[in-house]
Amino acid sequence: MFLLIFLLIPILAAIILFLVKKESTGNAIAIGAGLLSLFGAVYIITNKTESFDVSWLAAINSRFLLQADGLAKILVLLTAITFPSIFIATNKNHIQNKNSFLGLMLLTQAGLMGVFLAGDALLFYFFWELALIPVYFLCSIWGGEKRIAITFKFFIYTFLGSLLMLIGIVLLYSNTTDHSFLLSSFKNAHLTNAQQLSAFALFFIAFAIKMPIFPLHTWQPDAYEQSPTAVTMVLSAVMVKMGLYGVIRWLLPLFPMAAAAHSNMVITLSVVGILYASFIAIRQDDMKRLIAYSSIAHIGLMSAALFTNTSIGMQGVLVQLFSHGINVLGLWIIADIIEQQTGTRSMKALGGLAKQQPTLAILLVGFAFANIALPLTNAFVGEFLMFNALFQFNPWMAAIAGVSVVLAAIYTLNMVQKIAYGEISQATAKMEMPNNNAQGVLIVLLAIVFITGIYPQPLFNITADTLQQMFVK
Amino acid sequence: MKLIIGLIVLWPLIGFLFNGLGRNIWSKKVIAYKATGYIAMSFVFSIIAFLNIQTNGAATVHYFDFINTDTIKIPFDFKVDALSSLFLLVITGVGTLIHLYSTAYMKDEEAPHYARYFAYLNLFIFSMLLLVLGDNYVIMFIGWEGVGLCSYLLIGYWFTNSTYNYAAKKAFIMNRIGDLGFLLAIFWLVVKLGSVSYGTVLTAESLAKLSTTDITAITLLLFVGAMGKSAQIPLYTWLPDAMAGPTPVSALIHAATMVTAGIYMITRSNILFSASAFTQNVVAIIGISTALLAATIAIKQNDIKKVLAYSTVSQLGYMFLGLGVGAYSGAVFHVITHAFFKALLFLGAGSVIHAMHHEQDIRKMGGLKSKLPITHITFLIGCIAIAGVPPFSGFFSKDEILAAAFAKNPIYWALGVLGAAMTAFYMFRLYATTFLGQFRGTEDQSHHLHESPFAMTLPLILLAVASAIAGAIGIPELMGGHHWLSHQLIPIIGEAKEAHLSHQMEWLLMGISVTIAIIALLLAVNRYKRQADGEPQTAVGKFLYNKWHIDELYDQAIVQPLNKFAGFLKKNVEKNIIDGTVNGTGKLVQYSARKLRLIQNGQVGYYILFIVIGIIVLFLCWFNDIAILRFFSLLTNKS
Repeated sequence: MFLLIFLLIPILAAIILFLVKKESTGNAIAIGAGLLSLFGAVYIITNKTESFDVSWLAAINSRFLLQADGLAKILVLLTAITFPSIFIATNKNHIQNKNSFLGLMLLTQAGLMGVFLAGDALLFYFFWELALIPVYFLCSIWGGEKRIAITFKFFIYTFLGSLLMLIGIVLLYSNTTDHSFLLSSFKNAHLTNAQQLSAFALFFIAFAIKMPIFPLHTWQPDAYEQSPTAVTMVLSAVMVKMGLYGVIRWLLPLFPMAAAAHSNMVITLSVVGILYASFIAIRQDDMKRLIAYSSIAHIGLMSAALFTNTSIGMQGVLVQLFSHGINVLGLWIIADIIEQQTGTRSMKALGGLAKQQPTLAILLVGFAFANIALPLTNAFVGEFLMFNALFQFNPWMAAIAGVSVVLAAIYTLNMVQKIAYGEISQATAKMEMPNNNAQGVLIVLLAIVFITGIYPQPLFNITADTLQQMFVK
Repeated sequence: MKLIIGLIVLWPLIGFLFNGLGRNIWSKKVIAYKATGYIAMSFVFSIIAFLNIQTNGAATVHYFDFINTDTIKIPFDFKVDALSSLFLLVITGVGTLIHLYSTAYMKDEEAPHYARYFAYLNLFIFSMLLLVLGDNYVIMFIGWEGVGLCSYLLIGYWFTNSTYNYAAKKAFIMNRIGDLGFLLAIFWLVVKLGSVSYGTVLTAESLAKLSTTDITAITLLLFVGAMGKSAQIPLYTWLPDAMAGPTPVSALIHAATMVTAGIYMITRSNILFSASAFTQNVVAIIGISTALLAATIAIKQNDIKKVLAYSTVSQLGYMFLGLGVGAYSGAVFHVITHAFFKALLFLGAGSVIHAMHHEQDIRKMGGLKSKLPITHITFLIGCIAIAGVPPFSGFFSKDEILAAAFAKNPIYWALGVLGAAMTAFYMFRLYATTFLGQFRGTEDQSHHLHESPFAMTLPLILLAVASAIAGAIGIPELMGGHHWLSHQLIPIIGEAKEAHLSHQMEWLLMGISVTIAIIALLLAVNRYKRQADGEPQTAVGKFLYNKWHIDELYDQAIVQPLNKFAGFLKKNVEKNIIDGTVNGTGKLVQYSARKLRLIQNGQVGYYILFIVIGIIVLFLCWFNDIAILRFFSLLTNKS
């Protein structure tokens, strides 16, 4: 029951927001709902919650099943941190029809939570789409100049993946012994090898587009650039995790044989993608595009580690799911402050932030070093484990992917240098007042970066049961 | 002991937080006292720890588990033994002096920046202590990258200057290349041994589990890490550029402590390195090559800090030569003496730069002897020590390395002596040009020439004393000494191997190297006591002056091509090929939709035609049992 209420909080808040006119009330409702969700998430993590299970579409035997294991918990926590952070950090931004904007954001949150908590494939698919639709509106209404074309591309691209997955779901459903969409029934479905391979392909493409895996990634930098930054934060901190989540929850357990057979291909693609995205990041002048490509590189490492089929790699990914979200969220918030105040994202035009707003510059440097996985930041823990896994799989692969450790330093420090150092540029001179709300959020996030970087054990503990299920049998 | 060791590390961390968070609150006086005081506290506790292990033996303490999962366990443990305790003393001891020196050197900075400077410096000490105290390679790596971070922050301390920022970035990136090697070595250990703790890895049992290839690969990869941090060929070019940082930073990080991390790492892993003759040769060859290369460049540099920077690279090369020939205690000995005399030289240079109002070109100095008496005499002591003139400290440590090199291969020794001669030459060129002869600076500068304040001269004096007498910890038995240091290190590196050289031979070698060094230094003094170097005239002179054009070579051969490659990926592959395909697919769909629409033209004849074609196709598929159809049949046939 608790999980249902937890899921309804953002939905109810969204409905209220669509009805309320006053902006300040709207802000308060959104932040309140976000924080309430955060408390809920903390409760879910610290307590053993019962799963919520009722019949849903009885005719085809689909169940409304919500349950929280370690994998779900860590992503629910990330989602629950992300949304209120965004609401607080961007609450001074001027947005037309802000209450509708916030309402749609909350619907997205509900969709995401549903994705992570669903234990029934049809329900999972339902939430998967539910999360996408509000984002479509958010981007196409509030986005940048090229929003219509870009959002259309983004939508079609991911929707194509979704449809393939739906076919996969139906395929599996038709082969279950008890005609059910439950994950447990799917696991026991009798599939021939050919069936397993086709189903694997259907699911994989959907997840690969979402992550994204090279070369299916080109929707992402465009979408990140053209979306309103608040939405970009959701996209990159949480939504890309849907793809990785899908792999862990559905793909690997359901099709172990097909996954193992394709691990070479997926890992090679991922490693190529890591280097490819890192190289392109080096040549970006647009702050948002740089972060986007950097994120593609980081996600590439996670997908490579997943397919090594090692416990150490899975452990790394489970931690990194959370850490990557926190880090990239921090970077986006900083990028947003800078864009809002200077009106530009071009790093050539920036410079001198350290002189103009020292606190923000310090925060930038902090997140930058988390982005390159400096030890004692959260990202080091995950990357260390994931590289270990890759090394076990194939040392050369680890060495090649390892080049990204150097490349990441190049593009990230370029960014720091261009934004923070040097003399104050014309654009930076416009940054007169620090944005205290956003800085407050950033400080909290940076604290999370270091705390989980120095003592990551709580993250291991949260996800321990998922790991047990997958690797100890 | 747990508390004592913990506090050694915590004091600098507290200092970092105190100065970092309170940068807008505290006055400069408070900042200076606190920052220096915390490091001094750390030094006091280091002494306690050192004395403690002298009586009780090495101690390992456990704090918490950094990573503890089913597959891998990395405890957050510290180990204080003979090796790490020596490094503790050097780091916190020299560190305290340099903090003290900095309080005066940086006094013109505004309070928030002053606080920032000391926060970085404190954080550096913290990271460096993690590096040497960690009981496994991961903790070492944490410190390893931590010092890299601090180095980056301090080189770019004056962040409005873009040249400095580039230097900082270059340092971090080149170090990262090395770090990648280190990381891969760690992964290799994890995969083969399942552990990274010294207590497990550095044992005969573990050695037995590793194949020769494993050991060679692991040690080479570790050495790649050391190349980055300790500025060896080919990853040395960041260190001269790192001189962009404030001079005390150069003294602490880029001379006395951080750059010796590679020597610490290899000495710590000596069991592994000794098991791979191949790696040892590589280390020795890279070491001696770096020593010579950097020495030749130092001869022609005119920036007081650049000369010292190349000198550091060169001296580090000697240490690696020592490691490569198995003279671990000699290398550690040289780390210690070098920490004293090179810190002294840098701080002396800082004092000169301070007096000269930020002039660093020695051609514009000269005759500073009388104006800066304390700086002059202490600097001279530093020069004598590094030149290897007995009985100053550098003589003993360098001689130990050279003797071991001779035992391994006389060519190493001969090259080493050649390098030593160059060292004596460029150091006394530096000394003579700066302090002897006539003052060549501006009128204005000559009026303001003054000796530095006590907070700066005191560290100079103390370091000069240390540089003069530190040789006492390693007087060889040849001279009736006891070699305290190598006895200390026995638990880590084992009994010193029986030297193959006769006493006569040793005396002879020593005599040769000392004589050559003294001749070289006299030549230099004679040549430069009245005049500075002009513009380089000869081809060789220009080549050395331009640092063998290595920076340009790297730029042309590596940086530019990679940049072009990245641009190619961005412009051509990403935009045209990949995204082009995606958008092309979209366009194709739209185009075909537009065309196919026309088929729906309302003429029944066409419809019947298409129905017939459809049926034929379906039947063909059916009989051929092609994959598409099979797929659809899977969907429909449920049970």
